[in-house]
Amino acid sequence: MEIKAKSFAGTLESSDVFVEVSPNSGRKINLESVVLAQFGDDITRVVNEVLDSFKVDNIAITLKDRGALECTIRARVETAIRRQEGK
Amino acid sequence: MLRSLLFLPGNNPNLIMNGGILGADGIIFDLEDAVAPDEKDGARILVRNAMKALDYGSVNIIVRINSIDDNGYWKADLDEVIPLKPYMIMPTKVSDAGYIKQISAYIDEVEKRNNMKVGSTKLIPLLETAIGIENAYNIATSDARIEAMFIGAEDLTADLQCERTKAGNEIFYARARIVSAARAAGVEVIDTPFTDVNDDEGIVIDAKYAKSLGFSGKASISPRHVNAINTVFSPTQDEVDYAYEVLEAIEQAKAQGKGAISLYGKMIDAPIVMRAERVIASAKAIGIAK
Repeated sequence: MEIKAKSFAGTLESSDVFVEVSPNSGRKINLESVVLAQFGDDITRVVNEVLDSFKVDNIAITLKDRGALECTIRARVETAIRRQEGK
Repeated sequence: MLRSLLFLPGNNPNLIMNGGILGADGIIFDLEDAVAPDEKDGARILVRNAMKALDYGSVNIIVRINSIDDNGYWKADLDEVIPLKPYMIMPTKVSDAGYIKQISAYIDEVEKRNNMKVGSTKLIPLLETAIGIENAYNIATSDARIEAMFIGAEDLTADLQCERTKAGNEIFYARARIVSAARAAGVEVIDTPFTDVNDDEGIVIDAKYAKSLGFSGKASISPRHVNAINTVFSPTQDEVDYAYEVLEAIEQAKAQGKGAISLYGKMIDAPIVMRAERVIASAKAIGIAK
């Protein structure tokens, strides 16, 4: 899938993650998390898995994590990707 | 067993992740009123991912979908959650049997598309309009998917053009009508939430009243009310003990060839035996009887 527009998903509330995606050359992941030291690698792996599942190679994605579970991260990344499709 | 059903906003990860430990027999992921229109997509994707990943144990998962009058959201809701096999789907603002048939036909399509057994997804229609209440029996018998009925008093009282009160006199007719319709159709029936989340006495009074009318259980919008609802809709130890005595008395009567028997001076007949059997079944379901 080609990322053609900027879009957002999620919130900055506890247990959620705010996700912003925009067009880019290559895959660039910018992660801010309250648990970056403990789970940063795991969160990045999950983001990459979702991007792989949608065949997204060119994207700038920023995540502001507030302690979201893996299923929430998957949901918010997917939502942000699918939202930009309609723009 | 559905003594308590707890509503959880479908776009709130913090509540959704804790849904299994809040004490309710069932949780309702709400994709309708609790979710803003521009977050409908995010909510249904979040609920689908949560249902796929999280272990809710024995808690029954129900998903409240959007009305068929709302922009086609309801089809997208069903597309996302049906493959995860929720315990029941709650259609909203159900007005007549045709409404249920329309939803059931689309669920047929989704089940086929996902190689599921057609008819395996069950329904708990939400009746929250005057016309829905008037059509309660036709709705309850409209489709084999229907396992329970649910009354929503907030929208209903708006439709009835009356004030929603704690006493609930304004919804007495609607409550009685939906209970009668559900029991006639052989399905369970769930009462509307008590919306003052800080009134710990009021919830007990309201739940007891609902039980006295014949409701199987009651919904809640707050985890704070769940324990009170569970307590009210659970048989007491005295009720369980009496139920066992009734069944024992009946067995003795049969053994002695007696056609009729009394217990504590009261005639034991078929309705009392049926009630005793229901009490014991409920007690077993919640683990307070063997």
